[in-house]
Amino acid sequence: MAAKHQLGEPVVVVEGVEKAFGAFPVLKDVSLTIRRGETVCIIGPSGSGKSTLLRCINALVPIGKGSITVAGRQVNDPALDKLALRRDVGIVFQQYNLFPHKTALQNVMMAPIHVLKQDRGEVEERAKQLLAKVGLSHKHDAYPGELSGGQQQRVAIARSLAMNPKVMLFDEVTAALDPETKKEVLVAIRDLAAEGMTCILVTHEMGFAREVADRVYFTDGGVIVEHAPPAEFFGAPREARTRAFLDQVL
Amino acid sequence: MRTGATDLPVLKPFRAGPIAPSGLAAPMLLSAGLVAGVALVFAASLAVAQSTGPAARDSAMTILWRWAPLIFQGFLFNLLISFLSMALGTAVGVLFGIGQVSPSAALRRPAWAATQFFRNAPWLVLLFYAMFLLPFELKLGPVTIAFPAWIKAIIGLALPVAANVSEIVRGGIRSIPSGQWESAESLAFNRRQTMWMIILPQAFKRMIPPWMNLYAILTMATTLISVVGIQDGLTVTRAALAAESRPELMLPMYLLLLLMFFAYCYPIARLTIALERRFNVKG
Repeated sequence: MAAKHQLGEPVVVVEGVEKAFGAFPVLKDVSLTIRRGETVCIIGPSGSGKSTLLRCINALVPIGKGSITVAGRQVNDPALDKLALRRDVGIVFQQYNLFPHKTALQNVMMAPIHVLKQDRGEVEERAKQLLAKVGLSHKHDAYPGELSGGQQQRVAIARSLAMNPKVMLFDEVTAALDPETKKEVLVAIRDLAAEGMTCILVTHEMGFAREVADRVYFTDGGVIVEHAPPAEFFGAPREARTRAFLDQVL
Repeated sequence: MRTGATDLPVLKPFRAGPIAPSGLAAPMLLSAGLVAGVALVFAASLAVAQSTGPAARDSAMTILWRWAPLIFQGFLFNLLISFLSMALGTAVGVLFGIGQVSPSAALRRPAWAATQFFRNAPWLVLLFYAMFLLPFELKLGPVTIAFPAWIKAIIGLALPVAANVSEIVRGGIRSIPSGQWESAESLAFNRRQTMWMIILPQAFKRMIPPWMNLYAILTMATTLISVVGIQDGLTVTRAALAAESRPELMLPMYLLLLLMFFAYCYPIARLTIALERRFNVKG
C-alpha cells in the first residue's frame, strides 16, 4: 500500500527531544525523521506525549532538550522566527478551532491576506478551490456554528492549506467526530497525502493508518517504542508493548 | 439511589428548577408592575403633601410643576457627566484591560495594580481626590488648559469606571477559549493581529452587557458630584426645597428626581438582561 510516490529529502528531523511539564516528563529522548511527501501516523495510548510532540514541531510548546529541524529551520533556536516557521507548518486540531465570527470562506482567506499579505482576489480564488477540494463549495458563506463537526474540520484543513505549508500536522482530528463525518475528513486527508503533501497524524484510526501511512510510530510513556511500515507494524509488531496495545484496540 | 446506605458524603440527585413562570409574559408583567408601583408611591406622596400642606399657599402640584424644568435640567447635566466619564473611563479602561493580559510583566503588573486599586476604592473618595488634587488649570508652555470643577468631576468618576472596564475587558478576553489563540498562532498571526482580528471581535459582545450595567451604575452615581458642590439634579432639588421651605414636599420632590433616573436606568437594565440572554453570558 505504501510508497505511492517518491519520497524526498528529510523535512522534519527530531533528535533526542525531551520535554517535561513541571516535574512530569512527557517526552523522553524522542527521535524521528520525516521525508518530503511522506505520511506518518503516530499512535499510542492517551497521555503518551503524541500531541505534545506535534505542538513542539511548530513551536507552540518549547522543548527541554534535543533539537527539531523543520524545512532546514532550527525550531529550538532561541532566535527562531516562530511566525516564519508557522507559515511552513500547518496544524489541524481536534476541536477545529475555526474563528466563529467569520464565514467558512473568510476563515480560509484570513491568514493569507493578513499574514502573507497576498492579493485578496487571488486569495479568494484559491480559497474557493480549497473549499471545493474538501467538498464544501456550497458552504462558502456558512458560519462555523452552522456547520457539522466534519464540515468544520474540513474547513480547518482548507484554512491550513491556504498558507501553502510544507508540512501538515493533524492532532487527533477525527476524535470528536461521529463515524460518518469521520470518514469525510479522513478522505480529505487521504487525498492530500496522495498528492504528496508531507503529513504527520496523531490518530486513533488504525484502519486509516494501515491504509494511508508510509510509516507508523507507536509511542508510550513519552518514548517511541517502535516504528515500521504499516504492513509490518500491524502484521508483525516486534515489541511486546506494541502487541499488547494492538490487541486492545484491534 | 441508596443514599441512606452510607454515612459518607454522597452526591444527591439535583434537578434545576424550571425557569418560572413562562417566556416573556412574566418579565413584562413584572416590569409593568414595578413601573406602576413607583408611579403609585409618587402619587401617594404627592397626595399626602397636598393634604398636609398649608391651605393658603400654592398647592404641592403647582410648586412641583414650577421646579420640574429646573430639576430636569439638572438631571440632564447628570447625564452629560455620565456620558463623558463613561467615554473617558472606557477609553482608559480598554487600554488597561488589554495591558492586564499582556505577556510583558512590565505592562501587566502596573495595569493589574491600577485596576485593583481603583476598583476597590470608594467612588466618593476618588471624587474628592480628583476635586482637590487636580490643579484648576494646567500650563503646557504657552497653552493654559482650565480645569473647571465639572471636568475634575468627570475625571474623578472616570477612575473607578476605567478600573471596572479594565476588568470587563480582561474577563471578556479570558473567556475566549485558548484554542482560538492556538489556532491563530499556528496560522502565523502575530499577537496584535490575533488580539484585534480574532479575540476582541469575539469578546466584544460578551463585554457589552456588563459594560451597560456599569453605565447604569455610573449614571446613578453621578449624583455624588452634588457633594463636591456641582449644580446637578440633586443640588437643584435640594435648593428648590430650601427655597420653598415646605418640608412636606421633601418626599415628592426627591421622588420626582428619582423617577427621572429610574425612567432612564431601568430600560438600560432590561436591555442588559435581554442582551445577556441573547448572548448567553453572565454579566
